[in-house]
Amino acid sequence: MTRRNGPLALVFHAAFIAFILAPLVVVCLVAFTPEAYLSIPTTRWSLRWFKAIWGSDFIPAFWISVYVAAAAASLALLVSVPAAIATARFQFPGREALVAYFLSPLMVPHVVLGVALLRFMAEVGLTANAFGLIMGHVVIIMPFTLRLALAALAGMDRHVEWAAGSLGASDLTVFRRVTLPIILPGLAGGWLLAFIQSFDELTMTVFVASPGTTTLPVRMFQYITDNIDPMVAAISAALIGLAILLMAVMERVYGLERLLAGKGGD
Amino acid sequence: MTERRHLPYGLSAPATLVLTAFMAAPLVMVLLLSFHTFTMATGIRPEVSLANYVEVLGDGYFHTIFGRTFLLAAAVTGVAALIGVPEAYIIHRMRPPWRSIFLLVILGPLLVSVVVRTLGWAVLLGRNGIVNAGLTGLGILERPAEFMFTMTGMTVALVHVLVPFMVLSVWTSLRRLDPAVEAAGLSLGASQATVLRRIVLPQAMPGILAGSLIVFTLAASAFATPAIVGGRRLKVVAMAAYDEFLNSQNWPLGAAIVVVLLVAMVTIVVGYNRIVERRYRQVFQ
Repeated sequence: MTRRNGPLALVFHAAFIAFILAPLVVVCLVAFTPEAYLSIPTTRWSLRWFKAIWGSDFIPAFWISVYVAAAAASLALLVSVPAAIATARFQFPGREALVAYFLSPLMVPHVVLGVALLRFMAEVGLTANAFGLIMGHVVIIMPFTLRLALAALAGMDRHVEWAAGSLGASDLTVFRRVTLPIILPGLAGGWLLAFIQSFDELTMTVFVASPGTTTLPVRMFQYITDNIDPMVAAISAALIGLAILLMAVMERVYGLERLLAGKGGD
Repeated sequence: MTERRHLPYGLSAPATLVLTAFMAAPLVMVLLLSFHTFTMATGIRPEVSLANYVEVLGDGYFHTIFGRTFLLAAAVTGVAALIGVPEAYIIHRMRPPWRSIFLLVILGPLLVSVVVRTLGWAVLLGRNGIVNAGLTGLGILERPAEFMFTMTGMTVALVHVLVPFMVLSVWTSLRRLDPAVEAAGLSLGASQATVLRRIVLPQAMPGILAGSLIVFTLAASAFATPAIVGGRRLKVVAMAAYDEFLNSQNWPLGAAIVVVLLVAMVTIVVGYNRIVERRYRQVFQ
């Protein structure tokens, strides 16, 4: 039995939680202001800034983010699953080096990856093309999809695979009919986390974003560096709402701590 | 069985190909680019020269930017450890429903874009923001202070963005702490402070060290938060690279900046690991 936290600890804890929540709560409050400037509504609340989002160029940016994130998460999963099977189920020369290579994007700051991608796209003539951006996102999120695929493979009972194999199923059949259905929930969690990671990515994307590939975080960043008004607060509030919804789903299905343990930062 | 021997390589091929084409090759291109020269009149010239490195390593302007970036990263790491470690211990001592609820509250913001979280700080820290209203209202400050475009503002906002990694890292290592050891210490007459210092802290050390490294590297290469809160007045390395690439169009110089950043960070990480392994060898056994 652990000892309970004393009053001093609880005061510290309350202050810490207030620190964590303060900026998010403030953004949500400002989003409901009826005024044309940043202010916390006291007597009157208004949805005018949420209405203003429709018809702004944030809506196309949102959809670009959704397409890019969906494509990047799917592609990352598609290449990670075979790689995870190779490294988890086989012993072969160069295995450790390969795993290290697959996780190496974690070591490179996003700003460096952004510069590299910009140079690469200019050299091969991919500028203003969503393909280059999507592949850049695949690089960033692949370590996470790989880790979750590895975790899913490590968590399953291998006896069922052996049983299927001993009953005459081919490798491909074992994978398709036994392994894949078992690891699918884990993969879905990995896809969702990769989607969020790609959807939120700014630092790399800002280097290569062209008018046709300006994602929502990039558009918001450009907007904020010019001026801050209640409309970006309204968009932010909507994104916070979306994140809370996702958290509720992920917590119910997977337990969020486990998923977030591998997520990256700024 | 030759076919099966090649199978793992075949399975790894797509991922290897993607990483090589879209990470390794572009990084090599940036390295080459950093040796080229640039003038407004001629654009990028593919000759080999160390001029960009001479400029980045020799110019006071870049010394200030690199110095500011690593000072910021160090300050953020220090503050994150100072508040994140006690919080992780408090979370560790909580009873089941509360523990997961508050972990969720602390980790949840990681799902929200850094731009959104930083926007919150821009609203809070502005001249007419809540923090100023509160401090002047309470009589702590006579006039509203300037937090935006200051190191203090950048540090506060970046600590907010990165402290969840510290809490998570420390909490994970505290989970391996057997509560019976703490109880034994107390029952043998150790004070609460002694138990914290002699039992809890050593157990948390791997988490603190790993968390510090994560926070430091992310802070040193952070872009969005310093750019929004610090602006152009307090440029950090990532922002300087952004300006060279997208405003001045001097790509070779921008490439040299990120190469120096990458080398500096790898040196720091490797050096840190060396020191940590030597000093805390017993912790990791």
